[in-house]
Amino acid sequence: MSQLQRERQDSVGQAARLPVASAGPRRARAAGMPGRLFRKGATWVLALVWLVVVGAPIYYMVVTSLEPTSVYLSANPWFPTKGVTGANYEAVFSSGIVSYFFNSVIVAGSTTILAVAVSLLAAYAIVVHGSRWTGTVFRCFMVGFAVPIQALMIPLYLAILRIGLYDSLLGLILPMAAFSLPITILVLVNFLRDVPRSLIDAMRVDGAGPLRVLIRLVLPLSWPAIATVGVFDLVSSWNNFVFPLILTQSPSQATLPLSVFNFEGNHLQNVPEIMAAVALSAVPLFVLYLFARRRLMAGLAAGLGA
Amino acid sequence: MAEAVGRRPRRFRAWWPAWFLLPPVALFAGFVILPIVLAVLLSFCSWNGSSAIQYAGLANWRQFIHDPSALAALERTGVLVVASWLVQVPIAMALGLFAAGRQRHRALFTAIYFVPMLISAASLGILWNLLLSPINGGVTYAGTHFGLFFLNHEWLSDPNLVLGTVIVLVAWEFIPFHSLLFEAGARQIPKSIYEAAAIDGIGPYRRFFKITLPMLRHTIVTSSTLNLVGSLTVFDLIYTLTGGGPGQSTRVLALAQYLEGFESLSFGYASALALVLGVLAVIVSMLLIGVTGFGKMRSQSEGA
Repeated sequence: MSQLQRERQDSVGQAARLPVASAGPRRARAAGMPGRLFRKGATWVLALVWLVVVGAPIYYMVVTSLEPTSVYLSANPWFPTKGVTGANYEAVFSSGIVSYFFNSVIVAGSTTILAVAVSLLAAYAIVVHGSRWTGTVFRCFMVGFAVPIQALMIPLYLAILRIGLYDSLLGLILPMAAFSLPITILVLVNFLRDVPRSLIDAMRVDGAGPLRVLIRLVLPLSWPAIATVGVFDLVSSWNNFVFPLILTQSPSQATLPLSVFNFEGNHLQNVPEIMAAVALSAVPLFVLYLFARRRLMAGLAAGLGA
Repeated sequence: MAEAVGRRPRRFRAWWPAWFLLPPVALFAGFVILPIVLAVLLSFCSWNGSSAIQYAGLANWRQFIHDPSALAALERTGVLVVASWLVQVPIAMALGLFAAGRQRHRALFTAIYFVPMLISAASLGILWNLLLSPINGGVTYAGTHFGLFFLNHEWLSDPNLVLGTVIVLVAWEFIPFHSLLFEAGARQIPKSIYEAAAIDGIGPYRRFFKITLPMLRHTIVTSSTLNLVGSLTVFDLIYTLTGGGPGQSTRVLALAQYLEGFESLSFGYASALALVLGVLAVIVSMLLIGVTGFGKMRSQSEGA
């Protein structure tokens, strides 16, 4: 069957699905079947292949983290044929992961709150004032999109060292928040542009100052945008590895991603325990994903500019 | 100030935006703009991290031009960037289009597709390091015990293979993000176009090339920009996966500048390398943004 014929028959098959054409002869639909079936089959095979490619490593992480350390090297790493144990998780907990967890909570939480709060101020000033110079400030923030943090590790290290914030959580929060500003301001500016100007003007006529308008009117209206971009800031600062790597030194200041890396360095031979550490470090976002999948995906998409 | 109020009664007092912009501008200036300036200055200095910073003129840049390992790192970075783009964009588009279908079973698939996004890149590097370990690692085991002989390679210790491994794993890390982007783009294509095409008897392949692809052009540019800049600067995954080794086989520019600085303690030379990386990233994003226009690239209603 030539390509052209197949396409024609396919299209008949497609048309047969439409309400207008559904009264058409049955054999038209049947004639389109092989091509459609082939494409459907290929789609599902590829979808399944990708499911394995993504799912197998995640599955492996969980299974391996449950295997007893003593039998790991002689066992089948894909199936826990020699029993399961929670000992690896106990070992990770006794290595102090809870304190790293709280460090991460403090860093990611403060970064998000700080970035969103000051971005809201900026976005409000940029949108509501809307003059030439606020536009210039906005464009300066947008330059930040082009600058990768990996290229600024050394000067940031120098700056943090000189202002005495090296090896402190505050020294992580400030740069993380600063690097979150471009995306946070952009999302909030795009959102605030749609807030009806007449509402703001009405409040102003009643004598409300800019801060009052921001808190009483704009803030309540902006919750969807704040939640979306806040999720993005939260996830990216939660998973940030570069800043803790270069800006902290003592274990007491490590966040989760760095602590997992350090844990691997200290337990080189102990694969199941390392896997348990990796798995535990991912648990908080997995929980968020389970319960707020839509919000989380919307946040990640916003960060990508979608 | 009073005059401004008098002249423009429909505005707030003229200078309130300055107070609002002070905190964000201060934060941004201190931790983004200042480091950019410092990066340029440091590339003309020598510093070992503890001694005083000294002006060194063009020494770092002269070293860069004559450093074969830096040029090799640059070349590796180029290979990684181009290969990543070629691998990731088509797969991400296919997955995004698949995920954009609204059938319920697809939602189940895509729920798992996006899971890698939840794990930090550093953890992914560790996970893959253990999976590919020759000592009873999952891939090695599958290669020898499940009959999947094509998996029987020294993925991380063979210098000829390891950059390929990194390209595949960077793709594994980033494809979920990009497919999310394509999913959003595909959902904004009006259904009516496809319905009209079906009535006109346009086949599925022509529908893809004549409708889907053109309608996704902004998404493709956005995804490509993020993709090129992302793989240019990928650090966490490679650092925890191979640390740049074996030898220097996976020492891309982002790793080279880190290792020169924080391990070899020549922060001046490392700053020169970092500056090259930063300038490349800026050029790539400016070029691609210039092609489309910034507003379009990050528009909320692209493709509609």
